[in-house]
Order: sequence, then structure tokens, then C-alpha cells
Amino acid sequence: MTELHHLTLAELNEGLRARRFSSVELAKHFLARIERLNPTLNALITVTAEQALAAAQRADELLASGEAGALAGVPLIHKDIFCTDGVLTTCGSRMLANFVAPYDATIVEKLSQSGVVMLGKANMDEFAMGSSNETSYYGPVKNPWDLKKVPGGSSGGSAAAVAARLAPVATATDTGGSIRQPAALTGLTGLKPTYGRVSRYGMIAFASSLDQAGTLTYTAKDAALVLRDMAGFDPRDSTSVDTPVPDYVAALDQPLKGLKIGLLKEFFEGGLEESTAKLIREALQVYERLGAQLIEVSLPNLPLSVPTYYVVAPAECSSNLSRFDGVRFGYRCENPKDLVDLYKRSRGEGFGAEVKRRIMTGTYVLSAGYYDAYYLRAQKVRRLITDDFARAFQQVDVLMGPTSPTPAFDIGAKVDDPITMYLNDIYTIGANLAGLPALSIPCGSVGGLPVGLQIIGPHFAEAKLLNVAHGYQNETLWHRDIPKGYE
Amino acid sequence: MSLTDHDVKNIAHLARLALTEEQVPVYVDSLSKIFDFVAQLNAADTASVEPMAHPLADQVQRMRPDEVLDSDQHGKYQRNAPRVEADLYLVPKVIE
Amino acid sequence: MMSWETVIGLEIHAQLATRSKIFSSAATAYGAAPNAQANLVDLGYPGVLPVLNREAVRMAVKFGLAIGAQISPRSVFARKNYFYPDLPKGYQISQYEKPVVEKGTMQILLEDGTIKVVGITRAHLEEDAGKSLHEDFHGASGIDLNRAGTPLLEIVSEPDMRSAKEAVAYLKKIHTLVRYLEICDGNMQEGSFRCDANVSVRPVGQEKFGTRCEIKNLNSFRYIEKAINYEVARQIEEIEAGRKIKQETRLFDPDKGETRSLRSKEEANDYRYFPDPDLLPVVIEKDFIESVRGTLPELPDQKAARYIEKFGLSAYDAGVLTASREMGDYYEGVLAALKSKNLEGNEKLAANWTMGELSAALNKDGVEVTESKIDASRLAGLLARIADETISGKIAKEVFESMWAEGKDADAIIEAKGLKQITDTGAIEKTIDEVMAANPKQLADYRSGKDKLFGFFVGQVMKVTGGKANPAQVNDLLKKKLAG
Repeated sequence: MTELHHLTLAELNEGLRARRFSSVELAKHFLARIERLNPTLNALITVTAEQALAAAQRADELLASGEAGALAGVPLIHKDIFCTDGVLTTCGSRMLANFVAPYDATIVEKLSQSGVVMLGKANMDEFAMGSSNETSYYGPVKNPWDLKKVPGGSSGGSAAAVAARLAPVATATDTGGSIRQPAALTGLTGLKPTYGRVSRYGMIAFASSLDQAGTLTYTAKDAALVLRDMAGFDPRDSTSVDTPVPDYVAALDQPLKGLKIGLLKEFFEGGLEESTAKLIREALQVYERLGAQLIEVSLPNLPLSVPTYYVVAPAECSSNLSRFDGVRFGYRCENPKDLVDLYKRSRGEGFGAEVKRRIMTGTYVLSAGYYDAYYLRAQKVRRLITDDFARAFQQVDVLMGPTSPTPAFDIGAKVDDPITMYLNDIYTIGANLAGLPALSIPCGSVGGLPVGLQIIGPHFAEAKLLNVAHGYQNETLWHRDIPKGYE
Repeated sequence: MSLTDHDVKNIAHLARLALTEEQVPVYVDSLSKIFDFVAQLNAADTASVEPMAHPLADQVQRMRPDEVLDSDQHGKYQRNAPRVEADLYLVPKVIE
Repeated sequence: MMSWETVIGLEIHAQLATRSKIFSSAATAYGAAPNAQANLVDLGYPGVLPVLNREAVRMAVKFGLAIGAQISPRSVFARKNYFYPDLPKGYQISQYEKPVVEKGTMQILLEDGTIKVVGITRAHLEEDAGKSLHEDFHGASGIDLNRAGTPLLEIVSEPDMRSAKEAVAYLKKIHTLVRYLEICDGNMQEGSFRCDANVSVRPVGQEKFGTRCEIKNLNSFRYIEKAINYEVARQIEEIEAGRKIKQETRLFDPDKGETRSLRSKEEANDYRYFPDPDLLPVVIEKDFIESVRGTLPELPDQKAARYIEKFGLSAYDAGVLTASREMGDYYEGVLAALKSKNLEGNEKLAANWTMGELSAALNKDGVEVTESKIDASRLAGLLARIADETISGKIAKEVFESMWAEGKDADAIIEAKGLKQITDTGAIEKTIDEVMAANPKQLADYRSGKDKLFGFFVGQVMKVTGGKANPAQVNDLLKKKLAG
């Protein structure tokens, strides 16, 4: 029997409109699953059951009156990095363990207007700094495919929740791969749009020039539906781009014949496991069958993306996180003896080890005498990498390769070695540095663990990416796989 | 490169982060590794490259009209504040 | 004994007179209840972002054009990172490598009458900080963030000034200019116009600059002069005693009239400037610059030059009358009213009265020229009666006082008090005859050579006529009659 949580977001949306089930029924169904399954997964920090039922009630009324928004009644989980008015917004940190946002992030507002029903707020790496969801103050999130494994990070809670069918969609953010890598590790479709496509207003900043909000869904079609209502110009975000939002759904079914796919030579080198590589090659064969053409391309500076990122992102984060000082909001230490003590202990006690490491890294690379050697040089290499991508897109429509070098790894396996952990993002960081849209779709599994295929496009080519991903999902069923125990 | 305890304490002070004595060597070790790792950047030829601060090259700053759109909401905003008195945020005495 | 040369550069912070803040839509009005005008952006709340106020940019460009500077076609906002309770985000958004205005100049008039050109290195946009209130909250300070995010134009001069007087002259010129341009209200008490001074000394003839100290918290013209003079004397004393000047930031204490060390260079912050990733490059197009140029008023120096050339005023008078836009407007209002009465050519008379009686009355009552109890057309009405010799200058002063006190026209007062000047030759001659008849001894003495007594007879005639006799006519006629 098909249960409600087996349906894709598109199917749920259609069912709601056809009045086959109500939004309240949906909300109750998913809230019950959350209550039953979340204690094991630790995917959610806050469950907003009461508000959800009230919002579902309103959605049902609107659906009945025919005035409902495009996503009216669809349940959703927000990553706890997005400010939600009147609701705890922790960013996975002790620093904000008591922080009730007094306003809604733009995407929260936009999606509410569209009628979505927020079920709760997803766990995440502290301030989105991590690739395994182990840096959260609220404890690690478990991967529903194997509870000993990480779900990836930083959007690990969002990914685990959707993979476990606790909601058909979760919002997420991607600064160096934080949507795509968890999508790959949990068998989901994860979309990181072009930098500036989705407003950053109300999204707690990690690295402002890299951060971008996106979605975790089962399918590309679901992502298209949500992105259509999430994207768009926001006058409150100076870096948001004022260009029209196309109808991503309408573009999904374009034929892929003649599509030029660039294979990133650099992505098949280095730490890529053969079992993963094999699945990627099989996925590429599917595209060939659909009439696409494979072209090998090289981005010579791409191997420098991880070191570039680990200068740029910490530099921006060190400054972005200075506002957490124990004065206006957030954690404040007990009995500070003076001002410096207030700052140092509030921050020392409020931030976890990885956040402190990144703040110190960033502080150092910006400090007098090191700025040119680290920060400025990284900014220059960033341009070299971006130029490499631009050249590649003169030859091909999209680039493809693996999302992550390995499937999900054991909880605790990499926590003591930051460099190894950082190298998890080796395939995803390039798109952030160049501001490109990219997505990850499931393309098979190794030992019961999902593997993701990454597709990267030129700026504002989200419609093309979703079209390419949708074409694959019409031919395969990986996106329909549900982890055991969560059917 | 290898940082010293002193370096790490200096950075922590600049970043206003209290570290315990036990944490210092841990950060000496991991930060040294990170700076070794990012030293790969020295291999790139960046002599004639303009630094890039922003991913979308052709975008320029938008300017908003000079309009006041906010009303007084200090009560709401101060609900998150650890210490407030007479509508002021309190901090240990500031000495100039 | 070594003689020393003082070297001064100023950093002026002018709050721009926008309605809303530079990066947020909160109000900038002075004197609101604590934290009532600090919105989420001003408070540095998690997740919020800055958006630039066009008016702040327009004002900066206006200033740049007024000092003949280059307007950067592309300027960049940077973050200046440091922790302080009045700085909510832990960084100040400022401009570092690419300011909006570069390389301008300002002329100042020195005491010896020569003109000196002071270089302006740059002017950049930045956000103001909040305020720490040090009243005692049980050993704590209270933070009010209403001022946080108010737009500031930081105007940085070259180290071109050589005395406290020059520094004050420069500061006054900038103060006048920003008010002319209507980009800053110039209120020093409220902190809308503030200044830090970089001061050093070097032996006369030495090219290399001495070690400088930065003096902060200079919020009146008087303090600046006092602080710089104190600091110069201190530095000379230190060097002559064989000690070295430490590069440091010093604070002026107006109560003691001294500067004291705040922090040394070694303790100075490492500000870790980098381009603000939340803001994009500010591109200023030629059209924008030209549209701003179109709004430039006649500048003080241009106006003074016109007064000198067209009205024949002295450089000093022209400087006084153009020291504020309002004073110039008043003066020209008087001229226009005189012109409408076909009384052109009285520019010097109008200048003397505006700078003399009017300014004295304004000062006495402590009001601005815009609130003058005698407006420009009424003053012109009074000057018209001097010009057409209805009253003498002396009587006019009396009339002015009555006008100020009673708020009436000159003519009404002249009429009511019967102050009309006597210009009838017959009437004056009659009075002279009476005075001569009443003072035979003085007349005899005069005629025997006591010339000094001429003044006595003038006084007597004026006394009898109640000061209304035309003085020039009295002089002429007396001379003839006394000669016999």
C-alpha cells in the first residue's frame, strides 16, 4: 500500500489540490513519524507541532476557497540556520541555544506565502561548519541508511529527515557542499542554486560570498517546484540578483538529445573510490543513451579549490561571527570580570571546537602581515578557478562527476583530523567558489549506502540542471529508494 | 609551518576566544596542519590575477532610497538580550 | 635653542544628514529614547544584511565635487574588525583601499592674509558606532545603539597644517562647506561633526616628519586649538628632555585642558580589513556625478570672490559674510530689497550693517540669522532711509534697536518718534544762529584761533535738533557761519 510519505512532493501537492487528503492529515502523518523516528535520528532540533497544525488548517481553508498558494499544505522542515519569527533558531550552536528569532528569513516568508507547513527545524553542523553533522551542539545526526554512519553535513539534519521520510522537503544551505554532499550520502536530490539566486536575508551567515540556500527533496521535479517559490530578487540582500525566476517545472521535460556533458578530469583523480567511480560511469551511460555527448574537460586550477576555500570561508566566518559577543543576544558567560573576559568566555564557551578553529584560521589569514600571503592569494586563485569553469562552459552545457569521494563514513571516523574532513568537499567546493548552480542526484549504492552524481551548470542554469536531473530520474529509480525501517 | 603556543594565544586573543591550557596544544597542532595545507596556494601563478571578492563579476551595489521604514521595536529585540536595564544593553564597565 | 615646526593632519567625521541610516531603514534623528532607532541591521542580528542608502553616496559625491576631488568610478566597502560594545557586529563597515572621494583641496585664509591650500587625501563613507553610557549601572555600562549605522563621511587631510590656528581655520572651512552643501548639520555638541588630530613636531628645516600622536574627542573649535597647543608643547618638552615620542592615541580632557595616553601603537588593534562580502562594488556613473553637480550651490569661496569683485568688499568681510550659507543669503536678501527700491550701490553699507548691528543683535539674543527679528527686507528698509538721508547713521542705530525690540518697520519708527533728519538748509542755519547767539564766549574764542571748538558747535547743533540734523550739512554751514 502506498502511504503518504511514499509520495513525492509533486504527488502530495497534486493530492492536496484534488482533495484526496487534507493538509491537516499530512501534517499529522509526518508529525507522528517525527515523534516516532526522530529520537533515533536526531534530525530535528525543534518540532513545531502546534504551529504546523494551525498552518495546515489555514492551508486547507485556502485550498477549499481556491485561493491557495502553489505549495499550500505541503509539509516542510527548515534548516535551523534560517531565522523563523517566534521560533527557536539555534544554528546548531550553544551560542544560540536560547535564541528566538524576532523575524522571518526571506525564504521562510516566501515559502509561507506559498502555503508550506513548517514541521520543525533541522539539526546541522554548528554554524554550518562541518561535513558530517558531528559539530552540532545538539549531537550528531544519524544516517537513516545506516545509523552508525554520518548523513553528511552541514545540512545533515535536513538530509536525514527527508531521507527518513519525515517530510518531503527540507531547506538547506551550501557553502562548500553542505547540500550536495548530504544529498549524496542519504540518496536525495540536493540543489544548490547560483549565488544570488535565493535571498540570504535571515540565513545566519557562515561565509557570505559562498553561502547559498537550496533544497533537499526526493526528485528534481520536487526541487523545481520548491525553488520556483523560494528564488527571486530580495531588496534586503544586496547580493541577490534581480533577474526573473523562470518556470523550472515547465522546463523539466525538454529532451536531452545533443546535451554536451563535460567530464571533469580532475574529479576522477585522487581520492575517488573505484566503487563510486563505477556508479558515476554507469550514470553517464544513461545520459549517452538519452543522446547526450560526453566530452572530457580539464580545470587545471580545480585541485586548489579546497585550500582556497579554507582561507576564504574562515576569513569571512571570523568576521561574520564577531557579532556573537554575549551582549545583544545569545550565550553570555557567568560573572564576567571585565569586558574582555565577557567576550572571551562568552565566545569560548558558546562556540564549539570546529567553529573556534575556523574563526582562528580566518583571524590569522586576515591579520597584519599574513593578509597578502593567504587571503589575497586565495582571492586570486579563486578567480583562476572561476575562469577555468567559464572556459569549460564555452565547450559544454553541464559538468558531471561524483559529489563525494566516498559514501557515508562512520560517525567519529574523521572528527580528529580536520584536513581529512575538509577533503570530503573536494568535488563540491569549486561550484561555491565560482558561484555556480549545482545539484546531486542519487545514482546507485555501494554496500547499501547511496552515491550521488553531481551536475554543475553555468550561472543561472538551474532550469537546465533540473531538466538534466529529471531526464535521468525518468530512466532510473534510485530516487525512489527508501532506507530500511523507514518505508 | 609550525605555530607556537604564543601564536595561538595571540590569535585567540584577537578573536576574543578563551582557550583552556589543554586546548592550546590541540589548536597549535590543527592550525599548523591547516596552514601547511593551504600553503599549496603558493604553487599557483597569481602574478597578473585580480583578486576576486565576489562570485558574480558583473554585479554592482544596488542603492536604496533614503526612507525610514522601521518603528521602535526595542522591546521585541531586547527579549534575546542577556542583560538590559533602562532599555540599554549592559556590559562590564567600559573604561576610556 | 632649537626651533620647532608643528605638523598637523585632521580626520573629520561628518554625520550625513540622511533620514535613514547608511545600511538600514531605521531613522537617524538625534535624541530618541535608548535603542528606539536601532533596527535588526543596526543591532547586528544574525542573518540580516546591509543595503546602501543612495542619499549617503550622493552626499559624499557632492562633497567630493565641492573640493575638486576625484570621484572613484568604483569604490569598495570593507570591514574593519574589532570588538567594542558600541560596535554591534564586531566590525565597522567602512572604506579602506578604494574610497569614494580622493585627492581634493581646500583653501584657508591665514592671519597674514595669504591663502594656503590644504590637501584632502580622501573622504570615505562609513557607519557610525553606538554610544556607551558610563552612568553607573551597578558597575556596568549601558549601550545605546541608536547612533549605530548613521552615515559618516570621514574626511582625511594631508599633514599640511603648521599651527593650531591653521587647523582651526581648515576645520571651520570644512564645517562651513558641509553646511553649505546641506550634507551635515554641523552640530558639534550633538556629535554630528567631530574631529581627530594627528600632531607631530620636527626641527625647522627637517624634511622627515616626527612621530605623531592622534588626539581623539575634539568636539569644539576651542578644544581643538587648546588640545593641539597642549600637545605640541608636550611633544617639544619630551624631545628636549631627551625622551622619544611614542606613537599613540591620546584623549583630550577638556576639564584639565590636557591630552592623556589612551593606547600605544603596540596595543593598537589589528583591524583585519577585507572587502565586505555582503556589499558589492559601488559604481558611480558619469550621469550620476553630473546630476549631483547640478545640485551644487555657489560654494563659499566662489561667493566670497564674487563679493570682493562685484561689491568691492574686503577679503575679510567677504569671508565673514560667506561663513554660513544663511548669512550670505541674508546679505543678498538685503541687496535685493535695496535694488527693488532702486538703491543699488549700497553693498558696503549693507555689509557693514549685516556684520555689525545685525550680527551683534543676533549674538546677544543667541539666535541664528534665519530667526532674526529683523528680516532682510526690513533691514533694507532701514538702510534705504540712510541712503536717502532721511536719517543719519547714528539715528539709524537707534531705529535699529527699536525695530529689533518692537518688530516694526523703520519708517513706522522714524515717523512715530519723529526722527526724520533735518536737511532743510534754512532750518539748520536758524539753529546755528541760535547756538552762536547762546555761546558768545566760545564764538569769540573760536574766532581768535581755538579751532578745536568746532566740535563743540557741532555737538550743540545736534543737541538742539535731537541728532536729526544732517551732519554733513551742519559741518558745511557751521564752517561758513563761524568764519563770520
